[in-house]
Amino acid sequence: MRISRTLMITAIAAVGVLGLSGCTDSENTGAEPEVSEDVEFEAGTTMADLADAGEITIGTKFDQPLFGLVGPDGIPVGFDVEIGKIVAAELGIEPDDIEWVEAISANREPFIQNGDVDLVIATYTINDTRKEVVSFAGPYYEAGQDLLVAEGNPEGIEGPEYFQENPDAAVCTVSGSTSEKNIAEYTTNVLPANGYSDCLEPLRTGAAVAVTTDNVILAGLADASDGEFEVVNNPFTQEPYGIGLALDDTDFRTFINDTLEAAFEDGRWDDAWESTAGAVLDLPDPPAVDRY
Amino acid sequence: MTSVLYDAPGPRARRNSRILSVVGVLAVAVLLAWLILTLAAPRVTAGGSEQPGLLDGSRWDIFLDLAVWRALGRGVLATLQMAGIAAVLAIVIGILFSFGRTARTAWVRIPTSVVLEFLRGMPVVLMMLFVLLVFSTGSLGAGVTALALYNGALIGEILRAGIVSLPKGQREAGLSIGLTPVATRFLIEFPQAFRQMLPIIIAQMVVLLKDTALAYIVGYSELLRVGVNNLSNFYGNRYFFSLFFVVLVIYLAVNLLLSWIARLVARRTGRKSVLDARIPGRGVFGMAGMGGGTAGAGGP
Amino acid sequence: MRSPVRRARGGPAISGGFTHPHLSHPLRKEHAIDAVFENLPVFLGGFLRTLSLLAIAGVGAFAIGVVVAAMRISPVASFRAVATVYTELVRNTPLTLLLFGCAFVLPYLGAAPVYYPLAAIGLTVYTSPFVAEAVRSGVNGVPIGQAEAARSIGLTFGQVLGLVVLPQAIRMVIPPLINVFIALTKNTSVAGAFFVTELFGVSRTVINDRGDAVLAILLSVACFYLVVTVPLGLVAAAIEKRVAVLR
Repeated sequence: MRISRTLMITAIAAVGVLGLSGCTDSENTGAEPEVSEDVEFEAGTTMADLADAGEITIGTKFDQPLFGLVGPDGIPVGFDVEIGKIVAAELGIEPDDIEWVEAISANREPFIQNGDVDLVIATYTINDTRKEVVSFAGPYYEAGQDLLVAEGNPEGIEGPEYFQENPDAAVCTVSGSTSEKNIAEYTTNVLPANGYSDCLEPLRTGAAVAVTTDNVILAGLADASDGEFEVVNNPFTQEPYGIGLALDDTDFRTFINDTLEAAFEDGRWDDAWESTAGAVLDLPDPPAVDRY
Repeated sequence: MTSVLYDAPGPRARRNSRILSVVGVLAVAVLLAWLILTLAAPRVTAGGSEQPGLLDGSRWDIFLDLAVWRALGRGVLATLQMAGIAAVLAIVIGILFSFGRTARTAWVRIPTSVVLEFLRGMPVVLMMLFVLLVFSTGSLGAGVTALALYNGALIGEILRAGIVSLPKGQREAGLSIGLTPVATRFLIEFPQAFRQMLPIIIAQMVVLLKDTALAYIVGYSELLRVGVNNLSNFYGNRYFFSLFFVVLVIYLAVNLLLSWIARLVARRTGRKSVLDARIPGRGVFGMAGMGGGTAGAGGP
Repeated sequence: MRSPVRRARGGPAISGGFTHPHLSHPLRKEHAIDAVFENLPVFLGGFLRTLSLLAIAGVGAFAIGVVVAAMRISPVASFRAVATVYTELVRNTPLTLLLFGCAFVLPYLGAAPVYYPLAAIGLTVYTSPFVAEAVRSGVNGVPIGQAEAARSIGLTFGQVLGLVVLPQAIRMVIPPLINVFIALTKNTSVAGAFFVTELFGVSRTVINDRGDAVLAILLSVACFYLVVTVPLGLVAAAIEKRVAVLR
């Protein structure tokens, strides 16, 4: 018990003190978005609540290179995280006052519904089913589902049609994700995994011939694999990433949409990209915000 | 060790035993050697690329980084936190269940039994997912609730067995000095039952601690998730296996320690209890960390 | 963490989609239970895989468990040591880690990466020490006089165990053994997290498809498990009662 307590104290002390040793791609450049001061919001709105509290809880992925990847210090880094910082800054909240909690594909809606988090920024595809239970601001990025295969693409996989023609070939994806739903239209031979990292071993042993999910996530996995894997680069869906928030909190949604559009214009969005996913991927054009 | 099942071994039996021992040790050694050689050999994947073997330094160098150990420490703490909260709640729930199950009115007894059967028959993972999605709790809440309910049900049964097996005289003595039936249950019977069942309850706590690993599936950042998924994502998938083995060793160390404490407590409470004969798992060989006989066997 | 006041702002929590006001899809508005009936073949397939995992791992664990139990009470010291170490190691490893090892480490060692048999191996190994402990405690429950009588007429260790002790022990072993198998039934669900599409695994996929009917889906999956576990529990309790009376 004494050992654990010491560990806890060291762990707490480590957070924020130590840099991310060993991390090369997603090193934080230190270019934090400028935090607004003296923010004024209409009383009773979510923005006012959050600005008064001076802190915000955001759910993000902890296991997706380039977008949301947690380091040994427990603090995630990536494009989603930078977007979260931009929104928080607009509310007058410092990056250090953001509490990051891990969102997995299966628990993003419950997180929002229960109020466990204020926002979910977690490679979260906007779709109609989800719009029934949560609201979406954005999109702030548009991805597309793609395939990750062994380096050199030994099976010659061009796209998801491969699995229609080869029903014996298995494809690995994360259970409870949009990707699982999308690939189900092509094949039933799907290996449902708990996380994307669990999908790489089946690819190595040949239990699956490909991993499928959004191209940006795959790009991150390929980048971290020392040339072991490559992305097919033939996206077959459109996955607009939105910021999930409580259903029908229209004021908050409008506020975030305004923030995003401003960030698209003034270069904050570009900076966020360049300091994270930009290490591997080219700078895309920002998408059009969907004020449904 | 002497046993009624066989004679104390004579010279020939001792010689045979020694030969078998040597053969057994050799067999285990060969297996271990094969394991190490296979793991150490470079690996060619299905995609045709070659990777260094598992014992290669490039798969272990992150353990020189203190930050990795701090992350693992956080994972251990998260695991202990979930186990701790769930254990306290499980004992409270268990006490309530044991009272409900031994209640004199059928109105209390029968519904309690139904709920108990339901909880005992459900997989813990399913319960976790249920709480997570239906009650929209966080993953800590889901894990704690499911573990507390399931283990509470088991502890309830353990305590009930303890109460039922007390000599009748205990209750009669309590009533005869003017205590109400409830006071008798609370002050006379229950403390004895709890003390006698303490070793089994602690053994159940080991099961509970092990089961926190199930919360990995609902996304709780416990030791397995932090240690294997998060760290191998961050440092690269080539550390996947080394991290797994380290996490496994940590789990074994923590659990073996707890099992050892359970055994120590079992020895101290001794077997002066009246119910040795009735509780499966206690007998000639002692209970030696038995996961709670009828109650706890098999975990989730 | 968060104040309760802010927590309450999270909008109406949906309870399985029965009453949620924002469901636009006409089919979904009707009955969440439809999500169960539409996917019944999927559930049945998963249930069959759960049952076959139970059968395979049950038989395997019984076989290994009896051998381990015999080793633990045998006169050969090294057998006892090996069996004890095996029991302690396996019982102190979480099932999730054991299945994790079966799914990832065994293929690394050269096993075919077919996840259903790998999960069956994991469940067999995990369950076997519990079987062994149940058998061992049953043997302990046989009155000492029985073994002494058998020994006094000149039976060997194997004969004492096989002809006298075990036949009597079985009666007492059955209830705890059934409880081990109940636990195994529930444990098969963990395999769902390691690429096996058994009941729990398919339920996650169906929930992903019909997020509006979570409650109905999870309750029906629970029923499938209860169909196996509750009758087994009742049988165990009945046998336990009969054994108690006989002694």
